[in-house]
Amino acid sequence: MTARIGVVTFPGTLDDRDTQRAVRVAGGEAVPLWHRDKDLKQVDAVVLPGGFSYGDYLRAGAISRFSPVMETIIEQARAGMPVLGICNGFQVLCEAHLLPGAMLRNTALHFVCRDQRLRVETSGTAWTADYTAGQEISIPLKNIDGRYTADERTLDELEAEGRVAFRYATGGPAADGYGNPNGSLRDIAGITNAAGNVVGLMPHPEHAVETLVGTGRTDGLGFFTSVLKKLVSA
Amino acid sequence: MARVVVDVMLKPEILDPQGQAVQRALPRLGFDGISDVRQGKRFELEVEGPVDDAALARIREMAETFLANTVIEDFNVKVES
Repeated sequence: MTARIGVVTFPGTLDDRDTQRAVRVAGGEAVPLWHRDKDLKQVDAVVLPGGFSYGDYLRAGAISRFSPVMETIIEQARAGMPVLGICNGFQVLCEAHLLPGAMLRNTALHFVCRDQRLRVETSGTAWTADYTAGQEISIPLKNIDGRYTADERTLDELEAEGRVAFRYATGGPAADGYGNPNGSLRDIAGITNAAGNVVGLMPHPEHAVETLVGTGRTDGLGFFTSVLKKLVSA
Repeated sequence: MARVVVDVMLKPEILDPQGQAVQRALPRLGFDGISDVRQGKRFELEVEGPVDDAALARIREMAETFLANTVIEDFNVKVES
């Protein structure tokens, strides 16, 4: 018995196929979901992959957030279904108010594409249980609207409640992927909701699940194994 | 038909690197004396029917839920004759 993980495709989504593959590599069943379809096909969890849904028109994620599939996802996420938003998916989750804050244009105004060192700040979410708090991982990052922003009160609240899930690791040379790549406040790369079922981050775990391609590291695989373990044991 | 304009601007406390890039380019182009630039969005809505209080309330709701992200942006609605 394995779990079914839905992967949403919006017009302009880029990373849906890699995400489906990551789910399969981790041992799950990947179920493609279409943006116009409210039916989640009885999946146990959903990933909103990266890309440029609706061309990033208006704001990144602003139009996809109102798509039919999101209506059901928002409802199910509030009921506890695990949801992971990667890059554009993180932007969609913020626009949908499932996660607080918003993403803005990178401070340096450049599209950044590199292997990024991240510090996992909590293992207490559906998507990070296979990591340990404080563990550093390296996964690809590629965005231009990646500057996480929220007001001071929200940031303090996130920190106090242990809801900063990932930070850009800053303790080493840029050549090794260290440093804040986009001006995100408090070096925040990803956050979780209070219940720990909804997680969003800018870097891409789905591109780091096999040694054959990319960096040759599999640091992103833990996202998918974490949620599968949780679902199978549930 | 009446036109309603919705202006959307980043909140004052939010860093606007695009506006800064524009501001920095100005002296090089011979436009002096501009100390700050902030970049925003303008939406021009052609409204069917009368622009009464009810219509304006709906447009404010539209701006609040969709045209602006009030986490980072403020908006202003005005009627153009």
